[in-house]
Amino acid sequence: MSEPAPKRPGLAIWLPLILFGAFFALVIWGLVRPADREVASAFIGKPLPSFALEAAVEDRPGLATADFKAGKPKLLNVFASWCVPCAIESPQLAALAKQGVEIDGVAIRDRREDVARFLATNGNPFARIGKDDLSQVQLAIGSSGVPETFVIDGKGVIRYQHIGEIREEDMSLILEKLKEAES
Amino acid sequence: MIAEIGLAVLWMAAALALLQLFAGISALRPGGKVLAGVVRPLAVMQGALVAVSFLALIDLFLETDLSVKLVAANSHSMKPFIFKLAGTWGNHEGSMLLWVTIMAVSGGIVALVEKRLREDTLIATLAGQAFVSLGFYAFLLLSSNPFERLPEPAPDGMGLNPLLQDIGLAFHPPTLYVGYVGLSVAFSFAIGALVTRDVGPAFARAMRPWVLGAWIFLTIGITAGSYWAYYTLGWGGWWFWDPVENASLMPWLAATALLHSVSVLASRNALRAWTVMLGVIAFSMSMVGTFLVRSGILTSVHAFAVDPERGSFILALLAIYIGGALALFGIRASTVTEGERFSPVSREASLVFNNVMLCGILGIVLLGTLYPLLTEAFGAKVSVGPPYFNPVSAIFAIPMMMVMTVGPLLRWRKDNPGRITATVAVPALLAALALLAVVVFAPGIRLLPMLGIAVGIALAVASWFPLRGRNLRRTPINVWGMVISHFGIAVALLGAASESAFSTERLAAMNVGDVQSVGPIELKLLSIEPVAGPNWTALEATVSASYKGGEPVTLHPQARTFSSPPGERTESALHTRWNGQLYAVLGNEGEDGRWQMRFWWKPFVPLLWLGGLLVAFGGLLALLGRVAKDIKRLRVFDKLAYRKSRLEQLK
Repeated sequence: MSEPAPKRPGLAIWLPLILFGAFFALVIWGLVRPADREVASAFIGKPLPSFALEAAVEDRPGLATADFKAGKPKLLNVFASWCVPCAIESPQLAALAKQGVEIDGVAIRDRREDVARFLATNGNPFARIGKDDLSQVQLAIGSSGVPETFVIDGKGVIRYQHIGEIREEDMSLILEKLKEAES
Repeated sequence: MIAEIGLAVLWMAAALALLQLFAGISALRPGGKVLAGVVRPLAVMQGALVAVSFLALIDLFLETDLSVKLVAANSHSMKPFIFKLAGTWGNHEGSMLLWVTIMAVSGGIVALVEKRLREDTLIATLAGQAFVSLGFYAFLLLSSNPFERLPEPAPDGMGLNPLLQDIGLAFHPPTLYVGYVGLSVAFSFAIGALVTRDVGPAFARAMRPWVLGAWIFLTIGITAGSYWAYYTLGWGGWWFWDPVENASLMPWLAATALLHSVSVLASRNALRAWTVMLGVIAFSMSMVGTFLVRSGILTSVHAFAVDPERGSFILALLAIYIGGALALFGIRASTVTEGERFSPVSREASLVFNNVMLCGILGIVLLGTLYPLLTEAFGAKVSVGPPYFNPVSAIFAIPMMMVMTVGPLLRWRKDNPGRITATVAVPALLAALALLAVVVFAPGIRLLPMLGIAVGIALAVASWFPLRGRNLRRTPINVWGMVISHFGIAVALLGAASESAFSTERLAAMNVGDVQSVGPIELKLLSIEPVAGPNWTALEATVSASYKGGEPVTLHPQARTFSSPPGERTESALHTRWNGQLYAVLGNEGEDGRWQMRFWWKPFVPLLWLGGLLVAFGGLLALLGRVAKDIKRLRVFDKLAYRKSRLEQLK
């Protein structure tokens, strides 16, 4: 066996530099990217796909499409116990729940005991929590990551999608979108 | 006055670094030999001056000089002594000064003691070191002056982030920093050797103690950081694959690979270009880590260290140094001749395998860390967590550890596999038995912990085999170092696997007087009372815990509220036994007046950190062994030179 590094000058010798260039371009983009975190989803204005998820914890029921057709707008929060930003947004979710907003959760690729631990640590703002082990529901509603939060109106139609954790400064927007969804 | 002295001395040191760079460059040109003699003294003086500057900053923090902006912003007169001291580096400016200090002092030490390397390679190395530190000097002096005065002294300081007021964390960042900066020395050596085309065993021997030293500190830093996250974040977990944790893991992985390849280069003169490349990568990972932490480009639990503007500065330095080094590598690597050859069954080959696996893990960790940013560039935001990292890194880690059981037993250059078959059969059999036992007695256990236990047991036994047939008292101390480090990896693996497989948990709402149990432990909530510390107040629960009905011990988990600056933190309580650890957390008061309590029983979890410390201790032994050998060799050289001069005198 010879050295892993190439013997003759070839393209491979420049590979580290090329990879570094790609890394550099990526983080430059990351630093200058617009601060606007709102992304218009193709699913906005569409009804929720039909699904029925098992309960993710013992003390909350599971989640199904029918639960969103009760006439009142709700938040649908996609989260996971292994996701750090999800812990960061928990005070904001708690504040929303306190204001009477009903929040339903979908736990992505998670285990029951981990979800229970996560909720015990960060508080449990959810009325219902469904367990989505293969990200099927997540993908079907146009969410590609955790956390994401959807505003669903009283007829089960997706009205707004918030990508990433809900921060303090996003609260007024979320409340506004909930109000819009009432009409 | 102290602040002004500190700043003046820092400027002087920066000027010396500039001189060191130019003197180094001109000394390497034809006809520049006159300047060759000044490079070493410049490096030593630079190191001494920066050390003075850093001492000045420590003094300002210890006195709580509130006319200095940095002290006012990060300290408080009421803070305990140890946190005043830690406040020196518990902020951006101070930590950058610490960085420059370690870098310059290491440069000074290289200049003082390094005698084996060719003189021109050493000068190129010191010039490289000066070039790298100049960037950080510019950063400090132009955009983050730690000695800046306030127009009016502040009435009192703002305090230190409560999360940081923890004894473990006070020393966790500087430990990692020493590691990062130690790798900068390895980087400079790699650059020096590339510039003078002097990549060989002498270069590897000069570089090795620095890689070892840096690696020891990184190991301790990661172990301590993991323990800190375990007991202060109150989540009961010990590794979260958080971007900042990954940022400390990646340089460690690269340094581990470098450590092994540098040994091959030093003793066998093989893997030349590869070692140089790893030297560059290891320091790149340190800088990428620093960049990820400081820039806030990724969401992390370490959000307190974030400042995008500073992130861009570090990114610019990263582009100059790493981009430059990789370009130099591209230009020069083809002139680095191929080293000695070796057969697929040999010590070298097993080390190459180890290197490839470590780089594989490094690659997947880097990819996983940057993946959210990558997908965001294409319009989607994702969070990557343990479901990705655990299995994918195991794909590389498990085969690597299996080869670890065999590698140290192989001979250099070429070996006969039949020679060690009988020896290897023992750990293989043990692993099979362990696997069987786990399947029979703990059928619910998942695949990764199961493999972890099997491989861990095999490695724990096999790691001692290199001592077989040796006279233990005459075994070189660095061989002991390797044995203990490898054993430490096995111990840590067993701790992690046991934690993941056998932990039990209890969430309970408790009134005072209630009894609960977790695993083999019975718990009773005795009281909940307010207590006060120097700059915090807390609710403290008193819990008595009894293991299998034995003598009860008392634990005091707290929920602390800090006054300056305001903040909250849970202080979990731990009770460690030889066979595991009880972990207790006090949560909130529920609406019905009962207290949310959480308990975990984690069998053998302390092995995890014990293993980490063993790995570092093995590294320390290896370092001592190498340094002792070097000193011996130098003495022999000195004696020879003395005899030679006497002989000439006699003639």
